[in-house]
Amino acid sequence: MTQFRVCRFSRTRFLIVPIAASLIAVTALLAITARAQADGELLTTNAEIGRAGGGLIVAQRIEPKTLNPVMALDIPSREVIWRMMADLVHINRQSQQTEPALAKAWKISSDGRRYTLTLRRGIRFSDGHPFDADDVVFSFQVYMDAKVGSPQRDLLLPGGKPIVVHKIDPYTVEFQLPQPYGPAERLFDSIAMLPRHILETNYKEGTFPETWQLNSRPEQIVGLGPFRLKEYVPGARVVLERNPYYWKSDRAGERLPYLERITFLFVGTDDAQVMRFQAGETDTINRISPDNYSALVKSQNGKYRLNDLGPGLEYNFIFFNLNDLNQKFPQISGKQAWFRDLNFRRAVSSAIDRPGIVRLVYGGRGTPLWEPVTPGNKLWLNSAVPKPPRNLDHARDLLKNAGFSWAQDGGLLAPGGERVAFSIMVAAGNASRVAMATIIQEDLRGLGIRIDIVPLEFRVMLDRVTQTFEYEAAIMGIASGDVDLNSDVNVWLSTGSTHLWHLHEVHPATAWEAEIDRLAQEQLISTQFKERKQLFDRIQELIADNLPIICLATPNILVAAKANLGNFRPAILEPYTLWNVEEFFWR
Amino acid sequence: MRKSNQLRVAVYALIAVHAVMLLGGFIAPYDYAVQNREYSFVPPTRIHVIDRLGHFHIHPFIYELRYDSPEDIEEGEQVYPLRFLIWGAEYKLAGLLPGRIHLFGVDEPARIFLLGTDQYGRDQLSRLLRGGQISLLAGLMAAAMSIGIGLLFGMVAGYYGRLADEAVMRLAEVFMVLPWLYLLLAVKGFLPLNLGPTRGFLLVTLVIGLVGWARPARLIRGIVLTAKERNYVIAARGFGASDLYIFRRHILPQTMAVVLTQATLLVTTYSLSEMTLSFLGLGVNEPVPSWGNMLASLQQYHVLTSYWWMFAPAFPAILVFWGYYTVANSLQEPTQ
Repeated sequence: MTQFRVCRFSRTRFLIVPIAASLIAVTALLAITARAQADGELLTTNAEIGRAGGGLIVAQRIEPKTLNPVMALDIPSREVIWRMMADLVHINRQSQQTEPALAKAWKISSDGRRYTLTLRRGIRFSDGHPFDADDVVFSFQVYMDAKVGSPQRDLLLPGGKPIVVHKIDPYTVEFQLPQPYGPAERLFDSIAMLPRHILETNYKEGTFPETWQLNSRPEQIVGLGPFRLKEYVPGARVVLERNPYYWKSDRAGERLPYLERITFLFVGTDDAQVMRFQAGETDTINRISPDNYSALVKSQNGKYRLNDLGPGLEYNFIFFNLNDLNQKFPQISGKQAWFRDLNFRRAVSSAIDRPGIVRLVYGGRGTPLWEPVTPGNKLWLNSAVPKPPRNLDHARDLLKNAGFSWAQDGGLLAPGGERVAFSIMVAAGNASRVAMATIIQEDLRGLGIRIDIVPLEFRVMLDRVTQTFEYEAAIMGIASGDVDLNSDVNVWLSTGSTHLWHLHEVHPATAWEAEIDRLAQEQLISTQFKERKQLFDRIQELIADNLPIICLATPNILVAAKANLGNFRPAILEPYTLWNVEEFFWR
Repeated sequence: MRKSNQLRVAVYALIAVHAVMLLGGFIAPYDYAVQNREYSFVPPTRIHVIDRLGHFHIHPFIYELRYDSPEDIEEGEQVYPLRFLIWGAEYKLAGLLPGRIHLFGVDEPARIFLLGTDQYGRDQLSRLLRGGQISLLAGLMAAAMSIGIGLLFGMVAGYYGRLADEAVMRLAEVFMVLPWLYLLLAVKGFLPLNLGPTRGFLLVTLVIGLVGWARPARLIRGIVLTAKERNYVIAARGFGASDLYIFRRHILPQTMAVVLTQATLLVTTYSLSEMTLSFLGLGVNEPVPSWGNMLASLQQYHVLTSYWWMFAPAFPAILVFWGYYTVANSLQEPTQ
């Protein structure tokens, strides 16, 4: 065809060709510029250029509870929601550094209290409505409103006072902080920008917390993320479709995302997730237990890729009930004398075989822990914290010094003469934590302590830890959301909402808790990394020394994906695999 | 003829299994709770009579296990002969007599795991024997309890009739519709924290036994209803015999056939109930084994697919259930 056409050009026509060509070029250029303006200021990613089309199927253990980004607390909900939402400044899950998102640039004043963010121009929500500074102001208003009760609200109140948000012009927003904020622009990560045009009425009517549920109409749920809601089938799946207005493009200028849709299947158990993946029914798998990972390694056939990303940020620990029980549960409060004794906690810690836990619970794919920061957090880990191996003799000496003794049959006797026995509460559904309890039970038998394991349904357990305080010891885990340790500060602050071992302290109960409070406040207002690192190093030392929680181990982050999935770059920060789903493509 | 053979085999099998379980502590080479953390999920130890050089040994032996990494445990070079009547961990025979002599074993530091080990490196055989004691005892005790209560209530309802009958039978219906699994779930939420394994076991047995009295009670009531109209019973009453005498002398013997069949059926049902509860994590707690909580590890996909020896407790369970059902069948036949 082409050859045939070339032959037909006459001499006279030959002259016209360059003119026409340049005309076309100019028009094309104009068209591209016009399109660029219509498209807005897209962010160009550095990822490998891929091909559009196809869908991704991901299995999830359970359904999301809500689709409201302001109210969502649980991982299954956030996993789905954040494929549909975007934030102003984003923490790159791989580099762990902040990078521009909806804000293309930001300035921080020299006193560290004023942030000026410049928004991308001409970008649109998933329903085509333009996004500007009014939406930003609205979003922060919602997040900080006590009546809405967002779980992220605390983070936006540095020093207990709200951030003041000003619109300077449609594309510039100024944030006035009551005091300097240590983690700086990390503050903006995971604060979803909400569509004012959709949600303002709900907010004013006071129905905001109930909006955007699973049964909401798909066109009502509007965001700035790479995908938007298509359908929800109760008990079966949530399907998201490509957002045609998404604000990122690849290096070739193609608008992302490449994938047409994402399907989240609800499969009930971790094992079912692995079986579905193995059968080729799902494309990626977010969090594989070490045992299942070994099973997958054995049946590896080149169709999928397995990644062991090394230690994540999750730390598992055992802690004792140090709450003020005020005559409630006399049986438990009778034992609190031991629990409050530092020597007793140190003896328990010294008797625990942490490498054994890593071997038996994680099949070696994990790391023993003596402090609440894992080796996965290279920037903030205080590697000087001592890591004493299991030592039963040392544990016995500690107990002897604290006035404990042993009966004829080897059972441990408290200073008051009663036998030392306590229960460990654990979430029945979490096989690895039940296994940790079983190992600790056997370890402490070596000291003559009898342990009863009490497996309870997770919500019942959480209720006992946070509300009724009806427990003696418990094993739990916390997965930090960010490498910056400020994200865990609520665990350390004596007034923190997750200060698990002793909630609602009016004054710090101990001198070291008072010191932690002071250090945590200092790091919050310091803007120097070196200074903040020193402060957090000291906090880690204090925790490892005083053992309000006895850290046990952290599992490696294990993920898998089909081998032909392009741009699959899992990271140790949640959501491990789907954080760059807009760049995913099928080879 | 074939039927009677089957019955004989069943009875022998039952006697054998119960005897083995009763002598569990003696037959088990190790303490059921001791963890050998280097030997997680080790397959059953092979017993050899011919060594690697091809030499024949009269005395059976094993090779020690060499531990390199969690996924690399294999037989080493060192030979350990199998020893009989060896000194070992303390146990209580039939729950009463303390002992330390074990039927077989090997010298330290080698280990013999005839049925492999579980996640924590605990000997499966020792756990299976102890677990059998728990599961079978739970079945027997719960069956005795619910037959006992059923007999009492059934006799009272059948013999005295009217108000007593109405009250007992309506109560029985309430118990029959109770969803016992959920009942136990609810009970679990209110339990004290320091319920030791023994008390936990007794509680499970108690709940299973208490909930199940209604069925035998109804059956016994039916028999008592017909029995009390018999002429010799009426005659005895006419001679001034006391109720207790009539129960003992004339009515109780009539109920025996039903009681025995019910008992054999209930033992299996209740053993299975205990196994189900423990399988779901509601029964006996760690570290005490039961056939149910031993099989519970099969809920994990990797265990199900990788470690076949974890199925071991299912086999004696099947044998016991088959035995009891065969006996129950043959008990029922003459009455039909």
